Amino acid sequence: MRIQTSQVRRLAIPVKVWFQRFAFGLLLAAAAALMVLGRAETAFVEHIKTGISDVVAPVLDVISRPVASVTELVDHTRVLLDLASENARLREENARLWHWQQTARNLREQNHALRGMLNLVAEPRTSFVTARVITDSRTAFVRTVLVNAGSSDQVQQGQAVINGDGVVGRVVESGDRNARVLLMTDLNSRIPVIVESTRDPAILAGDNSDRPTLRYLPMNATIAPGDRIVTSGQGGMIPPGLPVGIVAEVADGVVRVQPFVRWHRLEYVRVLNFVLPGVLPETRLAAPEGALR
Amino acid sequence: MKTAFGPRVEQSVRNCTPVFLTLALVFIGLAPFPAPGYVQVTPMLTLVSVYYWSIYRPDLLPLAATFCIGLMQDVLIGTPLGMSALVLLLVQGAVVAQRRFFLGKTFVVVWCCFMLVAPAAAVVSWLLASLYHWTIMEPRLLLFQHVVTILIYPCLTWFFAVAHKRLVAKA
Repeated sequence: MRIQTSQVRRLAIPVKVWFQRFAFGLLLAAAAALMVLGRAETAFVEHIKTGISDVVAPVLDVISRPVASVTELVDHTRVLLDLASENARLREENARLWHWQQTARNLREQNHALRGMLNLVAEPRTSFVTARVITDSRTAFVRTVLVNAGSSDQVQQGQAVINGDGVVGRVVESGDRNARVLLMTDLNSRIPVIVESTRDPAILAGDNSDRPTLRYLPMNATIAPGDRIVTSGQGGMIPPGLPVGIVAEVADGVVRVQPFVRWHRLEYVRVLNFVLPGVLPETRLAAPEGALR
Repeated sequence: MKTAFGPRVEQSVRNCTPVFLTLALVFIGLAPFPAPGYVQVTPMLTLVSVYYWSIYRPDLLPLAATFCIGLMQDVLIGTPLGMSALVLLLVQGAVVAQRRFFLGKTFVVVWCCFMLVAPAAAVVSWLLASLYHWTIMEPRLLLFQHVVTILIYPCLTWFFAVAHKRLVAKA
């Protein structure tokens, strides 16, 4: 027994010394290699990523809870302080909304009657999963969040993510019990949208700033600050008509959109399962960038 | 002379403090804090941790641990896998190589050196990210992020110093 141990040790020591001598270089090379592999989008790297986030997600979930409670407490206090002015504002808004409700009812009836006359194909039904945001990683390079619902809850890559304010982004990676949501402000985010009033199609492209830009607008499009932007439904994964944001500035041909979502209050989101019947799996992701050109 | 089993285990656990603290900072940095300004500029908490422990107890923060912590951070933040690992390893390598200079220096001197290390790390990560995405990344936010990291350095260092004295040094 003793002989075996000493043999192992005799073999192990040179390996250990060798590793210690070259550890720095080896680990640097390994990190660089992982970056290259990740760039090539190999399945190996994807496995590592989803594997680690599946293991760590419960820890993140636990950490995010007290943070959420404290946030709630702060919000609650703030609400109590602003009660009077908030009430006045809501009364005013309520009066305005009553008016809108009447208009909406009329339009719904009219819409229903017109759809009947035209034999319009019914829109596919959209189901959703509500998930909690467990991490918030908006650094200089990425704008993503992890949510605590994954493929076991039918959350899949490409699905749209919204909250009460409007479109948040879409799912880019889906682990077993967690999924990564690419926010629409991320550099890699592209969402097919239309200008609500003029119906001009465009692509909303993130650039890691708080205000994504509108690209590929038609040449003759007229657009002004204040125009509402909604999803177009092109590409088949995001339902049409979801509120995205309003045009904030038009300068030197660059149109910037202020999203409706208040990013610092992203707590719960809904992942939409919207699949058009007969759409092939390959085309379920967004249409390529040039499609609306 | 070998010490008894109990104290040895206790010391081993204490010796893990730097690794556990750095790992904990990965998670804390990811918690969804609500302040609107904060989310724009989540400071690089792990950078401070790696810098501190590389100066004072490099033996307790092995390169392999830094590598794994960097990978974990990449996966959880969503940055290209290997990027944080590479940057943290470079910082650790540079600091350990210059360790003789740091030892015995006052807090202000070490902080000033961090003011050189943090922008260097920012430039490296900016280059890596720009290469990875094959586009010029917006440098403004990164600059802001590292300024906040430099400002938060004294608080974190104070915390590390307490942990160092209470948990690691005392057997």
